Amino acid sequence: MSDADVLLRAEGVGKRFGGFVALQGVDITLRAGERLGLIGPNGSGKSTFVNCISGDFAQHDGRVTLGGAALNGLKPHRRARLGLARTFQLPQPFNSLSVLENVRVPLLFSGQSGSATARAMHCLEQVELAAKAEKLPRELTQVEQRRLELARAIALDPQLLIADEAMAGLSHAEIDQILLLLRRLNAAGTAVIMIEHIMRAVTEFAERLVVFVAGRKIADGEPRAVLSMPEVEGAYLGKQ
Amino acid sequence: MSATEDHVAGRPAIDRPAAALATASRVAPPPRHLLFWLAAAGLGAALVVGLRMIGNEYGYFAGYFILQYIVLASAWNILGGYAGYVNFGAAGFMAAGAYTAIALRKATGLDLLPGIVAAAAVAGLLGLGTGYLTLRLRGVFFSIATLCLAVVLQTLVVNWDYVGGSRGAYIVRPREVPPFVSYGEYMFVVMLVLAILAVGISRTVELTRLGRGLQAIRDNERAAEAMGVPTLRLKLIATTLCGALMGVAGAPLPYYSGYLNPEAAFSLAYAVNAIAMPLIGGAGSWLGPVIGAVLLGGLQQAATVTISSALNLWIVGWMLVIFVAVAPRGILGWFRKRT
Repeated sequence: MSDADVLLRAEGVGKRFGGFVALQGVDITLRAGERLGLIGPNGSGKSTFVNCISGDFAQHDGRVTLGGAALNGLKPHRRARLGLARTFQLPQPFNSLSVLENVRVPLLFSGQSGSATARAMHCLEQVELAAKAEKLPRELTQVEQRRLELARAIALDPQLLIADEAMAGLSHAEIDQILLLLRRLNAAGTAVIMIEHIMRAVTEFAERLVVFVAGRKIADGEPRAVLSMPEVEGAYLGKQ
Repeated sequence: MSATEDHVAGRPAIDRPAAALATASRVAPPPRHLLFWLAAAGLGAALVVGLRMIGNEYGYFAGYFILQYIVLASAWNILGGYAGYVNFGAAGFMAAGAYTAIALRKATGLDLLPGIVAAAAVAGLLGLGTGYLTLRLRGVFFSIATLCLAVVLQTLVVNWDYVGGSRGAYIVRPREVPPFVSYGEYMFVVMLVLAILAVGISRTVELTRLGRGLQAIRDNERAAEAMGVPTLRLKLIATTLCGALMGVAGAPLPYYSGYLNPEAAFSLAYAVNAIAMPLIGGAGSWLGPVIGAVLLGGLQQAATVTISSALNLWIVGWMLVIFVAVAPRGILGWFRKRT
């Protein structure tokens, strides 16, 4: 992979919480427009890695770049403006603001305040929530709240979207809805890192799979090949 | 239909906003700033004319009392109502403004109006410093820190002889302030202008992206930051504005009473009213603190002239209990729920 193709480059990323090493020496590169699945058992460091990339956590070691720009030391809002969007394991809407206002917020702070309402409506149309623009987030169903999270991410016009368990707790049909939106976003040029425990969703969506165990990357490659690796089966699926 | 099938079927991919040519079906009307300022100026002029026609000095006193709380409550609302950071130290900021005016008068002989500007600057800087507390402190911990700040300031003032220390400081009131009919009317008009400015600033904050950013911070600071909201910068702006306006509310205090001591300047009543008035009127809206200040300020004045001012905090306490039980979102929230 040439440097020109690389969108995200994480080199030697490490994170400790007191004496506990949550991440150690993680290297991941991502091409522009790539679909990466990130899996691993609970506590393996997936969310910690995502939080280091998004700026929620300051990593202790390593270097991260997005589109060639160094992310180390940047606040999450600066990373968002560089084109890094994320969703959360549990939807985190602005509960006192309408659905439309929820999507206007990122637009207001990304230099698009003049046309924020029109653009926010357009984002809502893309996730099929335009009819509920005036509702409050608590009036939405769970899958609609997930779609609202995606609409806010779309509003950031991201180069990279990190979807952190965006399908947790959803039914089979609802998972398909979210997968569809992620595919459409990816088709528009956005690279996606999907952190997910639902293997059907990961294997259907990702073109490359990375596996974390105990804060380390143990596999990286084509999904079927990775899932058949003995160390992945042993560590992640619990087989001997 | 699975995602793959849909993709293969060739449905249009998501348009990125930068390339989108969309038309909003529901575009909010632009805020009517000019109308607001004209209405506020008209209402202010009507109040001045009305009180002059009544010709009773008590009217100016009661008006000043209520307007002072409109400034204080509007200031509190910018940080507490919009951003959700509860400031228990309103009395400290107000006293900082009052003692800045006293110190300026003593050092330079400058009068009230420069004193108000200086009070805004000093209390605004104090507010800016408080803003940095939000780097580490949220929720109740931030509130306790602001309360501690007020206690520290009071201790400093009590031991600062230059501004009178614990004995207090005097400011000699002029007999006449032309073109006003009395000193009471002059102070009323000064506080009226400050109240209009404070409410106007609060309303402007609410209707601009600053207000939206603060509301996002109140609802979910982590998500706001992830959505590109510069949370620290907005909080610093809010704490600075909040502090400056509270200082502005306090600057005329020694000029109005002619005497100020630390006990009066750091009175618990200011801290309690600054929180209770927006909560009862409806926090998070520029109109809520105005309604709360008029209602609670009016009730306290009525109690003062009919029974005793000792009942003031008792009234505030009961009103808070009633509103928490009946209308936890305040008067505005209660009406919005019913409409």
